[in-house]
Amino acid sequence: MTTFPGFADPVLDGQAAFRAVLQAMSRPGLVQRLPVPPEAPPGLSPAAAALLLTLVDATTPLCLDAGAEAEAWVRFHCGAPLAEVGAADFVLNAPLRALSPGNEEEPERGATLILEVSALEEGAGWRLTGPGIEHLHRLRVAGAPEGFLADWAANRLRAPCGVDVILCAGDVIAALPRSVAIEEG
Amino acid sequence: MSGYNFAYLDESTKRMIRRAILKAVAIPGHQVPFGSREMPLPYGWGTGGIQVTAAILGPADVLKVIDQGSDDTTNAVSIRAFFRRTAGIATTESTAEASIIQTRHRIPERALREDQILVYQVPIPEPLGRLEPRIAETRRMHAMADYGLMHVKLYEDIARHGHIATSYSYPVMVNGRYLMSPSPIPAFDNPKMDRMPALQLFGAGREKRIYAVPPYTSVKSLDFDDHPFRPIRAPHACELCGSRDTYLDEVLTDDVGGRIFVCSDTDFCAERQAMKEAAE
Repeated sequence: MTTFPGFADPVLDGQAAFRAVLQAMSRPGLVQRLPVPPEAPPGLSPAAAALLLTLVDATTPLCLDAGAEAEAWVRFHCGAPLAEVGAADFVLNAPLRALSPGNEEEPERGATLILEVSALEEGAGWRLTGPGIEHLHRLRVAGAPEGFLADWAANRLRAPCGVDVILCAGDVIAALPRSVAIEEG
Repeated sequence: MSGYNFAYLDESTKRMIRRAILKAVAIPGHQVPFGSREMPLPYGWGTGGIQVTAAILGPADVLKVIDQGSDDTTNAVSIRAFFRRTAGIATTESTAEASIIQTRHRIPERALREDQILVYQVPIPEPLGRLEPRIAETRRMHAMADYGLMHVKLYEDIARHGHIATSYSYPVMVNGRYLMSPSPIPAFDNPKMDRMPALQLFGAGREKRIYAVPPYTSVKSLDFDDHPFRPIRAPHACELCGSRDTYLDEVLTDDVGGRIFVCSDTDFCAERQAMKEAAE
């Protein structure tokens, strides 16, 4: 059991959060603010909690290592079965290499990594190019795991297979679909 | 809107469609399977587009629906009424005012903006389907980016007719990787898809596929160096607004061979007529 709440309005908050994710995914590197639940359970940032409520349910195996309170919250609000990192559709905070990239005929089976970082800021830092970006987007990511950019370059080599990443910090997100190229700023 | 969940679909269906849309955006041009639901209108009436629209729609959205460019055909009118009733949202006939535009077989003439989403109703999502009926084979061909068959088809057009005789549903390459059916829009509209600032989502209800083109993504119509792609347009001016650069419909006016050409995009045509009148 958990005493921590989900969205105040599950239908409309879920819709608004999805549109923010869709905007982030179709314009990589743009920072979007999410509607968040009134109180996130210990172990989850507000944005990560909102993402799970928006995208995860009983049909999507989930891998998270965020403590018993977060697990109970996910079971109660999302009903997602917990899985090993390689078998999960959604994974919270794991090395990029460990996730399933899908296969050539079904690249959509590539998993989504929800990665909590300490801060996201537009206009400086990494240089992003690719579909969804007119010329260049810049995104400063504070607290990305060590070796993330090398892992990302390897992820891009598997195209069209690969892993898509949603970065979160506090109540904001930015997305890195597998199609985006990142250069260090 | 009592008696319905917001925008008709239940929340777990919306989540399933939303996940498919996100993967479709991450893999531009790739067809993502989804669990298409039975809708209160038959397959072929835009069930794919309606399900995509229902999954993205919010209370602040303003919805425009067009059918072959027209706002006032049965299909467009009933889909607008459907979302007014089930979501209580505002609808419009103006391209400029809309935040979501659901379309059957046209792209509006007015250039779309970054804050708009274009949702296509797609009858047949598989561009290779007429050349290779086995889905297992076409999936393999997409996996290998093996699109020689389509080039052969276009070449046979040239050998037989002297030019590429495909005037609608003209195949495109998305982001240099996936061959995609632009839904049966006229080839005239194909260039508008290339690097469009708006997000483009495609829903095929009967065939249970969703695909997408993110903003500013390359969309190239297939062609040959010596037979470049040419958008086709009837060589006339619109009878109503005089336009010479829009896509035209041929309309029969009597039973003795009388015919006129008018803009297919009714909103754009009405705007031009109003501008002309204001100028006079």
